[in-house]
Amino acid sequence: MSFLQLNAISHVYLTKSAAKEAISDLSFSISEGEFVSLLGPSGCGKSTLLSIISGLLQPTEGSVSLQNKMIESPGERMGYMLQQDYLFPWKTIEENCYIGLKLLNKLTPEKKESTLALLESMGLSDVRHAYPDQLSGGMRQRVALVRTLATNPDLLLLDEPFSALDYQTKLKLEDLVFKTLKAHQKTAILVTHDIGEAIAMSDRIILLSPRPGKIAKIFHVPSQLQTMLPFDARNDATFSANFQLIWKELDSLEQSPT
Amino acid sequence: MNNLLLKKQHQQYLKKLKREKNEIVTWQIFILFVFLSLWELAGRYTWVDPLLFSYPTKIASLFLTKLQDGSLVLHTTVTLLETIAGFILGTLLGTLFAAILWWSRKASRISDPYLVVLNSMPKVALGPIIIVALGPGYISIITMGASISIIITTLVIFHSFHTVEPNYIKVIRSFGGNKKQVFREVILPASFPAIISTLKVNVGLSWVGVIVGEFLVSKQGLGYMIIYGFQVFNFTLVLLSLFMIAIFSSIMYLGVEWLERKLIKH
Repeated sequence: MSFLQLNAISHVYLTKSAAKEAISDLSFSISEGEFVSLLGPSGCGKSTLLSIISGLLQPTEGSVSLQNKMIESPGERMGYMLQQDYLFPWKTIEENCYIGLKLLNKLTPEKKESTLALLESMGLSDVRHAYPDQLSGGMRQRVALVRTLATNPDLLLLDEPFSALDYQTKLKLEDLVFKTLKAHQKTAILVTHDIGEAIAMSDRIILLSPRPGKIAKIFHVPSQLQTMLPFDARNDATFSANFQLIWKELDSLEQSPT
Repeated sequence: MNNLLLKKQHQQYLKKLKREKNEIVTWQIFILFVFLSLWELAGRYTWVDPLLFSYPTKIASLFLTKLQDGSLVLHTTVTLLETIAGFILGTLLGTLFAAILWWSRKASRISDPYLVVLNSMPKVALGPIIIVALGPGYISIITMGASISIIITTLVIFHSFHTVEPNYIKVIRSFGGNKKQVFREVILPASFPAIISTLKVNVGLSWVGVIVGEFLVSKQGLGYMIIYGFQVFNFTLVLLSLFMIAIFSSIMYLGVEWLERKLIKH
């Protein structure tokens, strides 16, 4: 039985001017420990899909189940990482990392300790009493990762978490997230519009077509690239061939008049 | 560049900052001095009517007399307490109403036209009704002090609640946080700057409400002193009251600024 199962998800956005179908009859499943990327042009509903998986948004039709349990509302089984860190500027780094545990009423001394250990493993223990405005963008996104992992979620949802960073920081953070997720054996879904990032990080890439969002194609990343760190994968000889392949698919999706 | 040179440059920079600050303060004192001197001379040599405009030394001597007979302390204390009570009440109730409106979108949409009307209406015009309803005493005056700031506080703080970055709310919701937790962890702390800035406005508004309230009814307070001075044509007394109001409203404003520094560090 698969870890995460999406059954015939459709979602309609209602506005005063129209009812727009954002996602149409979309189904796929993900097995435990897998890293899957959702790739597609803008308007393919990839962020909407992530909100639905997280339970933040109820789909108009269809259902999502995680380990055979239906997802109806967000909770501790999910960790959600946003495009920007959105650390609370009035809380210290440490307090920001505890927020999930606090909300779930699970802020025990043991949990605090494991969160601090996680902070330390990311090289952030020096700044635990600092405030977010004293940190660089890369450091802040690392804190956001600790905040997401602190509640020990079963599934991580990454909504373009590297898109607001400069290129060098982005490459470093990709490696860090990859290593951390593999070390904790987490299952993850990454939403991105960056082909290179999708190949470098994931095991499988689901290509979505726009208006309404549905699955256009599924790519399996070659197994040797799957195990490599994202930075090494980007430098691998097979990387650029894969890039070209997906590039052409994506290009044809954007041009086709749907 | 070596350390010694850097240090020297920094010292020079600090000196320059200090010199600029001294210059500003000197100007400020100079302007005050010139203003008071001109006023004094104008009053003494009757360039202006001293009965109307009085002059600083006359006000100062009245200040000392009133201080000695204890009436100034009494009037000032009464007004100050009424103003602080009206200020706190107006701000707290305004914030509470804003929270209710934030909680229920329907309530905010229903109350919208009423808030617009209430906001544009001059609240001091309600004075006579408030006084008849609540009796001619400090309760009426505090109510006036509060009523003048409550609607604008509600509107400003509700707007701030409503414009909090939605992704902060998403962070809380993604951990399964409920509406109460969203309010406590995000909406309220994110709105502290807006709340403080309404406090600053409310300092001035509460003084207006309380002084007008005292004009209408009271037997005590600085507003009463102004009306009394006006009735017996003693404008030195009126100016003394204005001077006291200026001093204490400035102190309240500085108090709010102090609170701002305490509350909003980041």
